[in-house]
Amino acid sequence: MVSACSAVSALIVVTSFGISAQRRDYPNRPPADPAAVERGKALYGVNCQFCHGADTRGGDSGPSLLRSGIVLDDQHGELMAPVVRAGRPGMPKFTLTDDQIADVAAFVHTFRAAGYDESRLKPPSIVVGDAKAGETFFNAKCSACHSPTGDLRGIATKIVEPRLLQQTWLLPGSGAGRGAAPPVQVKPTTVTVTLPTGEKVEGRLERVDDFMVALTQADGTRRSFRTNGDTPKVEIHDPLQPHKDLLRTYSDADIHNVTAYLVTLK
Amino acid sequence: MNNGHDAACGAALQGCVPARRPQGLRHNLTVMLIVCAASAIVFTQNGGGLDPASLLKPLADSWPSYSGDYTGRRYSALTQVNQSNVKNLTLAFAAKVTGGPGSGGGGRGGPNPEGPQTFTGGEGDGSVTVGGATQIKGAVLSVNGVLYVTAPDNVWALDAHDGKEIWHYFWKTKGGTHIGNRGVAMWGNYLYFVTPDDYFISLDARTGKERWHKEAAPFSQQYFMTSAPMTIGNHIIVGTGNDLDSPGYLMSFDPETGAQQWRFYTVPMNPGDPGLETWKSLDAARHGGGHPWLPGVYDPESHLYIFGTGNPTPAYMSTPRGAGLDNLFTCAIVALNVDTGKMEWYYQTSPHDTHDWDSAQTPVLVDGDFRGSGPRKMVLTASRNGYYFTLDRRTGEHMVTSTFSDTVNWAKPGLNAKGQPVRDPAKDNHIAGALVSAANGGSTNWPPPAYSPDTGLLYVPTAETYAMYYLTETDPRGAMGLGGKDEVSVGTMGSFISAIDYKTGKTVWKHKFRSAGNPRGAQGLLTTAGKLLFGGDVSGNFVAFDPANGKTLWHSQIGQVTNAPETYMVDGRQHVLVAAGDTLYSFTLYQ
Repeated sequence: MVSACSAVSALIVVTSFGISAQRRDYPNRPPADPAAVERGKALYGVNCQFCHGADTRGGDSGPSLLRSGIVLDDQHGELMAPVVRAGRPGMPKFTLTDDQIADVAAFVHTFRAAGYDESRLKPPSIVVGDAKAGETFFNAKCSACHSPTGDLRGIATKIVEPRLLQQTWLLPGSGAGRGAAPPVQVKPTTVTVTLPTGEKVEGRLERVDDFMVALTQADGTRRSFRTNGDTPKVEIHDPLQPHKDLLRTYSDADIHNVTAYLVTLK
Repeated sequence: MNNGHDAACGAALQGCVPARRPQGLRHNLTVMLIVCAASAIVFTQNGGGLDPASLLKPLADSWPSYSGDYTGRRYSALTQVNQSNVKNLTLAFAAKVTGGPGSGGGGRGGPNPEGPQTFTGGEGDGSVTVGGATQIKGAVLSVNGVLYVTAPDNVWALDAHDGKEIWHYFWKTKGGTHIGNRGVAMWGNYLYFVTPDDYFISLDARTGKERWHKEAAPFSQQYFMTSAPMTIGNHIIVGTGNDLDSPGYLMSFDPETGAQQWRFYTVPMNPGDPGLETWKSLDAARHGGGHPWLPGVYDPESHLYIFGTGNPTPAYMSTPRGAGLDNLFTCAIVALNVDTGKMEWYYQTSPHDTHDWDSAQTPVLVDGDFRGSGPRKMVLTASRNGYYFTLDRRTGEHMVTSTFSDTVNWAKPGLNAKGQPVRDPAKDNHIAGALVSAANGGSTNWPPPAYSPDTGLLYVPTAETYAMYYLTETDPRGAMGLGGKDEVSVGTMGSFISAIDYKTGKTVWKHKFRSAGNPRGAQGLLTTAGKLLFGGDVSGNFVAFDPANGKTLWHSQIGQVTNAPETYMVDGRQHVLVAAGDTLYSFTLYQ
């Protein structure tokens, strides 16, 4: 629902939405007696696992217990016991003692429910594209500025992780998310301010909005100007603009093909 | 769908808060009428507080509810500050608030041990420390010369003349997602607000002392509450939030006792409930989300409370919800009869959402001409998914759909027969990544739009962003909540105000905020009969625009604005009020 908490989103929307759900927001349950958890695991394996899955996330015939309101509200089996003993439509009755159900509950409660649930499995490689088609695309759209034998020579050796390589060629300097440092440094954005006298002031862009522009000149001098509409004239030179303009034009197949090509540039 | 009686059934199964009046609606209505008659006497005798009937008036001197008035237009009739004199607008006061258990103290300079009293409540043991600075990210009520301001777990009363603190209330939390608080509701001399650990609390507005608190949702199921409650007659209405897999619901409370009057679930909860056929199973529906986490609007003629619902859950792993099924009533505009809590109509703006793009945004009620068909009563909404809609607010009939983002690319070309965008599964999350606009924050988000009857335009804070959406969960059972994907930004094309013609859906003008790097999303908006449009830009300026064309008329650099501006009169002087982080800034004319 509310904006996600990844570093990426925070970059864009930090003041609108703040840093959202942290796992600490919902306190962990106190640790249970390890012997009870072991007994519960054995009972769960025999009685529950077939339908609800070894990890309580559900199976073909039983729902996930991890997100069940009853299980979330339950402390020591007191809310689970009536369901276990009475059964439900599609679920048989089980004859277990209070102590046994408490042990099952102790085991089930070792699984942490979290809305920002991370993947538990490492996905297969993101490289699925056609390297040959990627090379053709590269020659048509990228080769005016980049060369596999020039600036991109050995790029797949410098950036080994394919997803980071994909993110980097899409928008250099954007990094890999989650606060990871970008593997390449992008040249700074520069600006040219043309004053009413005709004088041109150029330098590294420090900040700009609808009312101000601030820059640092080559000699290190900082200058700032109030702007009013188009006066003085402000021209921003963003070295990433060609990459940004291309974002509107890619198909996902183009992206996957170019990545498949670039990972061969070792 | 579900009224108070059904809620009791749901509670038995879900372990929710029991409905206080399982006898049903007839009983509720009787009680309501009695309370209503009694309260009318209280309001006239005391002459203080907020008479709920005053909420029916057009927005002018006071700001008595989340959107100011029931229409959600955020259009003030005040004209003392106008296009001819706005260049002279100057600071009246800056009031910093400090959250937490200590004393407050108005004005710049931080906590003041000699300052007004802080009252402390809460069910927490004090062990949960909320990090981060105090952020005002909601509405400030302005009633009878007093401002009521909130941040999560905190409420302040300030003098509307100069921002000096009158009292502060602090709630010791058990935890929960402290993402923001959207403000208080007022009824008579009482205030109502909700907390991240799911309590519905009433304070005495005169003293800041707690009257009572009620558990409104189960904390153990990871609910959290951020919305501003809404006062409608003798109902205080508030919705849930949750990022785990849980059902969303809207509750109506008795303003005197805090007893629940009705509860409406936004997803099917029982066999036979409408919309169940749009889910894979009852279990899927009951974990389906749809949280109504922002206040709605109200049409007093039809008694319809109209609000938006949040995303379905699991948000990104949609197969467990039923491949290709709509997942009603998530990502929809829903109209309920406010007296019964029963649904009259719905219109889904994102069938089977797969990007966590809520449609919870506060809609806007507009009366006006529509393509020569004479005056129509409409509801407008610009959704987080990048699509704009005009609907008939009595029937939910679809009138207009358009896109207000130039980059949005998640849907197939064209619309379906109902005027809805059609999801392109190629733009879901994929292992190799899918380039999608918008990023998770959406084309717009909670910062509210504004509508001016002078221009006929809806002003929408807009972001045009791209991200790669990677599927990381390969278990066919899927992940929970917001899990199972990793989203990595590839940049922001810009932040804007879009001015949309409700008759055509076309963007008439669009102001791009000049900025460097990846600008933030734009903030909420206010418009006035003084022919002004106010809002924060993405660089820390508070700006007045010409609502006819988006030209800038005035600005002040106050730091990143964090709420939608408001305006009120006190002692014959119009103030324009806005928050930047922990500080409220009020501007006025001294000429």
